[in-house]
Amino acid sequence: MSLKQNLHNLKEKYKGTKMAPAFNAIHTFLYMPNEVTHGGTHIKAADDLKRTMNMVIISLIPCLLFGMFNAGYQHYAAIDPSLRDNVLANFFTFDNLWIGIIKVLPLVIVSYGVGLGVEFIFAIIKGHEVEEGYLVTGMLVPLIVPVDTPLWMLAVAVVFGVVIGKEVFGGTGMNILNPALTIRAFLFFAYPTWMSGDKVWVYDAVNRAGTADAISGETILGSYAQNQEVIYSNWDKFMGFIPGSVGETSTFLILLGAAFLIFTKIGSWRIIVSTFLGAAVMGMIFNQVVAADIITSSSKFYGLMSTAWWEHLMIGGLAFGAVYMATDPVTASQTNKGKWIYGFLIGFISIMIRVFNPAYPEGVFLAILLMNVFAPTIDHYVVQGNVKNRLKRAKVKTA
Amino acid sequence: MSKDIRIKKGLDIKLVGVAEKTTTQSSLSSVYAIKPEDFHGITPKLIAREGAKVKAGEALFHSKSDERILFPSPVSGTITEVIRGERRKVLTVKIAADTQQDYKDFGVKDASKMSGEEVKNHLFTAGCWPFIKQRPYDVVANPNQAPKAIFISAYASAPLAADLDYTLAGKEVELQAAITAISKLTSGKVHISVGAKSNSPFEKLSGIELHKVSGPHPSGNVGTQIAKIDPINKGEVVWVVTPQDLVIMGELLLTGKFNATRVVALTGSRFEKPQYVTAIIGAQVSQFTSGNLNTDNTRIISGNVLSGTKIKETGFLRYYDNQITAIPEGDDYEFFGWNKPVFDKVSTTRAFTFSWLNPNKKYDLTTNTNGEHRAFVVTGAYEAVFPLDIYPMQLLKAFMYKDLDEMEALGGYEVAPEDFALTEFICVSKQPHQKIIREGLDLMRQELG
Repeated sequence: MSLKQNLHNLKEKYKGTKMAPAFNAIHTFLYMPNEVTHGGTHIKAADDLKRTMNMVIISLIPCLLFGMFNAGYQHYAAIDPSLRDNVLANFFTFDNLWIGIIKVLPLVIVSYGVGLGVEFIFAIIKGHEVEEGYLVTGMLVPLIVPVDTPLWMLAVAVVFGVVIGKEVFGGTGMNILNPALTIRAFLFFAYPTWMSGDKVWVYDAVNRAGTADAISGETILGSYAQNQEVIYSNWDKFMGFIPGSVGETSTFLILLGAAFLIFTKIGSWRIIVSTFLGAAVMGMIFNQVVAADIITSSSKFYGLMSTAWWEHLMIGGLAFGAVYMATDPVTASQTNKGKWIYGFLIGFISIMIRVFNPAYPEGVFLAILLMNVFAPTIDHYVVQGNVKNRLKRAKVKTA
Repeated sequence: MSKDIRIKKGLDIKLVGVAEKTTTQSSLSSVYAIKPEDFHGITPKLIAREGAKVKAGEALFHSKSDERILFPSPVSGTITEVIRGERRKVLTVKIAADTQQDYKDFGVKDASKMSGEEVKNHLFTAGCWPFIKQRPYDVVANPNQAPKAIFISAYASAPLAADLDYTLAGKEVELQAAITAISKLTSGKVHISVGAKSNSPFEKLSGIELHKVSGPHPSGNVGTQIAKIDPINKGEVVWVVTPQDLVIMGELLLTGKFNATRVVALTGSRFEKPQYVTAIIGAQVSQFTSGNLNTDNTRIISGNVLSGTKIKETGFLRYYDNQITAIPEGDDYEFFGWNKPVFDKVSTTRAFTFSWLNPNKKYDLTTNTNGEHRAFVVTGAYEAVFPLDIYPMQLLKAFMYKDLDEMEALGGYEVAPEDFALTEFICVSKQPHQKIIREGLDLMRQELG
């Protein structure tokens, strides 16, 4: 008997039992179900939620691979700064990748293992299907944490994020906050020393801190926040040869992913464009403030305020947030007009937090979580506009 | 003078099995069936009993709420069976047809000399009232409410739809008679929409407001046309008639006979020769499909693939339909179907789906859902195929949580289930949009009148 037939028989056997959702999750992973339409349209378009989510995962793979190489590269470059003189020759090496494999891959495995475990348990208890939302969340989480994040910490955060961020609202499609960012926020507030500062972004920097061969791993934002010189060129910043969370450093690859998402019509170009726009506007405002001499170099805000507006777009997690986080359709604004407003405010507030919060100069995830909460309000006013048009039309007709 | 309606949002789903323009005269089938559920929202009260003889045009049942609304027998013959369901609900009335058809005579009428009230009464007695449907709620028209306008879509844009220019050719006289009559029922206009490039018999008629529509489906949906021409506001009613039913009404006026014959398109990949046949409403489908239809694991639909009704091989042509579609059932598993590139299915995204590369390719789609039912996740996709000035997802959600104020405010009066057929087709979460809309409209009708 073929695998197909075997699985079909097992499905019939498990039907109606507690284990049915768990079995179906594995079955539908291998085979698209044999379900047919009943009422309504007799034919259906080719896409389902799995396919949609799969596109997002594919778009993240370059960032993940790059992040793995970068984990090793930043480690060795911190020990031997001369490596930075010839980045391309020293970047795609097996030694770098090996560090990525031993440091980044476990993050991915823990994220998926724990997250899907929680999803399966909830599906079995509540009797709903295992839904696809975590496929993307599970990939996003390792990409937005520092490379040295302890695995147990990540596991605790994932449990928190999936349960509080998603399952309590009813699962995929019902949540208010982006689950990946909920996990990130939990890590940030629960273990702040592991999520910020100058040691966590480079593998092994924590262990060596205070010793003779201590290595430095300041992110660009950290340097700017302390009004220090930045040692990286704009090319390095754009291509991503800099310390930072695993997957967020390469603006180039993120833009490539954005292009893929927009082309496949999975990601909202409105949100992506408007987030960059909002950030650029805020950056320009700060640049003008510096240009007008309102803030001088003695101010603690000077470093980040004087950063050129376009540079803001390619440092920190802004690009990653704009492309992969803000566009989450469940937590973003749902109307097209609302998406413009939503994205713009995310960009705008991100840079504002970045500049005014020197202790942790990364405002993107806070800005997105904040706007997640306001997205339904934005939609409400957009939809009310449509309702008003309808009422206006009625008056004109009856008058 | 014609006015142009251009639709940009929408989707043409090109399928294999377009009906070839030849019409076969089908012989009289032995059994006919009328299903009261075709007349949504009507509770039938039987007039004719099992075993009774009826003439074509004689009433089988009337609406419980309005005795004037009669539902006629399409043929003359003997009522063989009344199939009832739960709580004695009438499901089907079956009639064995006489070999020699006998029509009830309603008298020849000159519509131009009749008053609105006379036209109405004539349509009541001859059982033609059910052909007039109303918006809001998409049900048989309430004769006590005056419509602000009457809409007729003579342009079919649904997948594989019967070409109305072809099926109505030569029926100008009947159509004119019917138009003259129904225009007396409204103080407003009779709006007729034809395809921009078509050669429609309607173009020669008088007493109408002609519109030329172009663009992808759902440009031919009467709901789209109403929204563009004269949208429905709270408290307003419009009436809708299909052109094939106008022909029956016209013939009634001209000859005094209720002749429920229409030209029906046999479409879809499971027909060996997709073509047109003549058939009487309620006819057993096997009568004119046998020998032409591959019935092996086939879905037979009365109507089109987006909003038609699933019927059995031995099923019957439903009251308002002029199309029978047959497509393969898709009840098989597909290995890694969710992530491998697909070339044989239609999609509006480019998520490893390649129908965008080849917009003129014809597809042989099956009834597989291509995925499981999920909560709403993706946003912004419905808007791209939904030309009405309504937020489709917000309206669907309001219909699901049954907030009457929101249902009303977001456009509930303007929609019919078929307007949501395309959003249902592309829905990534495989939600039953048309069912949600139908149930919501029923609730609105019950609560708001």
